[in-house]
Amino acid sequence: MSIPKDLKYSEDHEWIRVEGDEAFVGVTDYAQKELGDIVFVEVETVDETLDKGEAFGTIEAVKTVSDMFMPIGGTVLELNEALESTPEIINKDPYGEGWIVKFKITDASELDDMLDADAYSALIEA
Amino acid sequence: MKKTALNSMHRNMGGKMVPFVGFDMPVQFAGINEEHETVRNKLGVFDVSHMGEFWVEGPRAFELVQKVTTNDVSALTDGKVQYSCFPNGSGGIVDDLLVYRFNEEHYLLVVNASNIEKDWEHINKHNDCGAHLTNASDSISQLAVQGPLALKAMQKLTGESVEDMTYYTFKVLEFAGHPSIIFSTTGYTGSGGCEIYMPNKLADNIYAAVLEAGEEFGIQPIGLGARDTLRLESGFCLYGNDINDATSPIAAGLGWITKFEEGNEFIDRDLFADQKANGVPRRLKGFIMEDRAIPRQHYEVVDAEGQVVGEVTSGTMSPMLKKGIGMAYLDKPFWKDGSEIFIKVRNKVARAIVQRPPFYKG
Repeated sequence: MSIPKDLKYSEDHEWIRVEGDEAFVGVTDYAQKELGDIVFVEVETVDETLDKGEAFGTIEAVKTVSDMFMPIGGTVLELNEALESTPEIINKDPYGEGWIVKFKITDASELDDMLDADAYSALIEA
Repeated sequence: MKKTALNSMHRNMGGKMVPFVGFDMPVQFAGINEEHETVRNKLGVFDVSHMGEFWVEGPRAFELVQKVTTNDVSALTDGKVQYSCFPNGSGGIVDDLLVYRFNEEHYLLVVNASNIEKDWEHINKHNDCGAHLTNASDSISQLAVQGPLALKAMQKLTGESVEDMTYYTFKVLEFAGHPSIIFSTTGYTGSGGCEIYMPNKLADNIYAAVLEAGEEFGIQPIGLGARDTLRLESGFCLYGNDINDATSPIAAGLGWITKFEEGNEFIDRDLFADQKANGVPRRLKGFIMEDRAIPRQHYEVVDAEGQVVGEVTSGTMSPMLKKGIGMAYLDKPFWKDGSEIFIKVRNKVARAIVQRPPFYKG
């Protein structure tokens, strides 16, 4: 199970990578394995400002549908367009090519409440 | 939690195990889409030992099977298999099943794992003619080997000819060195192949032989996830989703296994004959998504004005078509092929067209 040290994690199995005042969000390696083959990603919140914990989209595997939640508050800037035709890149490269949305951070202090790699590792092993 | 004889085999092969109707079963191995494509293009092996098996024997065996099933058992000859269902006495379906005729006094009924107890109680309740009944569900293991290369691969394991067997027939033969194995050209995938019945104690050994024989053809173990996508792409009903205690076989599109021939006196015959003559308000139909969305069980179906005209019973993303597909009970006239319907997917509606399955022809 891959859990990169340079990312932060939510209890809902999203990861976040901060670049200046923007951030990329995706689902963790653990989440993609649990979901199985990802077949559809839907995000209809581009340009919306959402609070921490609000759903920004849905991810569908062959057998299940799950909401994806904002790990911290922000304004959704962009959906990863590659997911439209090849959602399976989430399975292949969840922390890289398989990122889901980019957003502008509302309040960077909310990052302090997120899990680091060790804490997330402990969460999924519990 | 019940375990099939192959439980530790599945774990060793990396199966992701989940509880399924009281059994600990593999939902996937390599991944649902990869497994699905393997069955469509090559061959795969499924452990379906959770299915139930009842023997019906003796001079009244025919009479009982004829009475409790909708299909015409008199049309069966020795070595043939028939798809059928048990009507429940109030116009619904207790279960769907396969009927195997060994001879006129010897039948095997293969039923869904989820319904074994209910079915057993049902046929015993109606056994006033006194057929001899045995519930062999806990002692028989079953493998499904499915795909265009399945029979070619399985031919390596038996001296009897199986490659040329016609669909829905069976033989009792020596297989992988073991006598008296039931080999049936049936399945739930739409890609051809066979289902093999054996005593539990031989399951490990025969499973290993099947994998070895299939290796040169690219065989893979297949989980319940792909079993569901394969059956839905081929338009086969799943009990509990598409048919249940409240659905009639006429409404479910199972009129072809509901035979009103002279002499086929089965439970609910008059009720179903009336439905066939006078129509039903809703019918089970297939549909394919035009908009990008995946239908799921219990989603509402609406018309262009937003009026509810049906309900989805099964839905998935078709691994072969890469489009959403499903089955739904639809009001008249929306059940007509080519009708435009809309599926309520969360907060929006997605356009779909009614289409007769199979959605994919191999």
